[in-house]
Amino acid sequence: MNTLQPGSTESPARAEAMGNGGLATPRPSVDVSRAASAADEVLALKSRAEALSFYYGQAQALKDLNIDIREKRVTALIGPSGCGKTTFLRCFNRMHDLTPGTRYEGRIVLYPDDFNLIAREVDPIEVRMRIGMVFQKPNPFPKSIFENVAYGLRVRGMRSTVRLEEEVEQALRRAALWEEVKDRLQSSGLSLSGGQQQRLCIARALATNPEILLFDEPTSALDPIATARIEELIAELRDQVTVIIVTHNMQQAARVSDYTAFMYLGELIEFDNTSKLFTNPAQKATEDYITGRYG
Amino acid sequence: MHAATAVTSDRIHTDVSRRKLLDQVFVVVGLLIMFGALLVLIVLFLDLVRDGAPRLNWDFLNSFPSRKAERAGILSAWVGTSMIMLVTAAVTMPVGVAAAIYLEEYAPKNWFTAIIEINVTNLAGVPSIIYGLLALGLFVYQFNLGQSVLTAGLTLSLLILPIVIVATREALRAVPRAIREAAYALGATRWEVTAHHVMPYSMGGILTGMIIGLSRAIGETAPLITIGALSFIAFLPESPFKSEFPFLSFAWLKDAFTAMPIQMFNWVSRPDPAFQANAAAAGAILLGMTLLMNGIAIYVRYRFRKRINW
Repeated sequence: MNTLQPGSTESPARAEAMGNGGLATPRPSVDVSRAASAADEVLALKSRAEALSFYYGQAQALKDLNIDIREKRVTALIGPSGCGKTTFLRCFNRMHDLTPGTRYEGRIVLYPDDFNLIAREVDPIEVRMRIGMVFQKPNPFPKSIFENVAYGLRVRGMRSTVRLEEEVEQALRRAALWEEVKDRLQSSGLSLSGGQQQRLCIARALATNPEILLFDEPTSALDPIATARIEELIAELRDQVTVIIVTHNMQQAARVSDYTAFMYLGELIEFDNTSKLFTNPAQKATEDYITGRYG
Repeated sequence: MHAATAVTSDRIHTDVSRRKLLDQVFVVVGLLIMFGALLVLIVLFLDLVRDGAPRLNWDFLNSFPSRKAERAGILSAWVGTSMIMLVTAAVTMPVGVAAAIYLEEYAPKNWFTAIIEINVTNLAGVPSIIYGLLALGLFVYQFNLGQSVLTAGLTLSLLILPIVIVATREALRAVPRAIREAAYALGATRWEVTAHHVMPYSMGGILTGMIIGLSRAIGETAPLITIGALSFIAFLPESPFKSEFPFLSFAWLKDAFTAMPIQMFNWVSRPDPAFQANAAAAGAILLGMTLLMNGIAIYVRYRFRKRINW
């Protein structure tokens, strides 16, 4: 499979396998977007879920989701507990493949190379090489700060100490952690505070230059000050990477995201510009949720 | 109003004191049981030291067994035991850890692996003499390994493999799922997750299980007698180190051997009371070796736990 690099040409075999009928698959033009308003239509499409369903054994957790993810924008997934937002997020890096008895249906296409990342023949590791993730609870490795950030690069075969040092510094700077840890890169990642640990995890993911960065309720284990720093950071990342964030905190979604999807019982109820969804929701269920009538 | 408050607080006070009394009763019972067990061990050890005191000296460690009790020593026994332990450790560590990693990280969860798991756990309870019989048939006669250090090491390795596998699986399971997910999310393969993360982080538990297994093996007598260990050996196995190239020799693996518990057993069964002192002295040294190994296990666990705090 030669589709690991963004922009690489697609192999005929894969195009055939995905039923696209050949090499010249055009990049979907932006005017097919259902949700984005006119002002945003110049934005490129980074990923699109098409008729995505997901099953844990017999139980269907996601029902026929269709959603467009815009490049270098923050898309938030909100909804009450158990609505499937985390399940949906974890489809993007095939985390479900670690659990036996799970099944995907439909497609999640990654652009520009039209790569269906949930296709059966696609190795989940290939997907995870391109899409990073930050988890609910900070989970640094019990290794040094340096090794935490360098790990993804080492897995990708980087051996040069000089280059590793450069990349680690850059990633830590991008995660706004460099100034706090530059003098103690060799101390354990576990010696940091919770908020710093989470920024370390963000740096670890950023170091691999992911095309999409997934955040699964990244601040739910943090205090308000640490939360504010993470939110600031996500806002800064907007120019560099496409972000999808699951949050149970509606204010957070409103603060950090450009687009918001409201999910309920495994279905996508509404997807729109964040400001529009929060000020003028089209669906009654969305309105009930954002005004706190349930959830 | 005041009266009512007082009554409530009194009631809560008596209730809590009554429940806390139970707390203290448990502490006392627990301490008594623990001291009882500890006392038995200490008395046993002191008794051995007292009986063996006249024989506990350098010559005892440095002499071969003899028909004269006062000239007999445990040189061949402790060297034999050390070599057997070396073989046992060298075989058990890779096999046990690999089996545990396969069962824990790789094996699909189906009826076949369930049967393997149940059997591994049950094997830990099989009497050691059964392993001795198995080894006699398999290693001595089938594979023609002879009544050698190698056979003894392999036999004891079989004996402690279930213990090591169970302990290692326990240690691997203690690595949080979040850590594995973090590594997988960065694009690591299953082997990379295991080798770079799960194994290093659980090394404290793995080594502890290993040493507990070895301290079980060091005292085993029955399987060694079954495979035909000699109880009177007045020579040492060939040295593993050579002065000429390639400096290492494995000839010792095929040499006959004796071991500490066998030497003890031999002395205990003699009528001459002078040999009882020898047996007691050897027992004290064997017990000391076991305590030392357990001490190392505790230290290793402490060192690794200090570095890793989930």
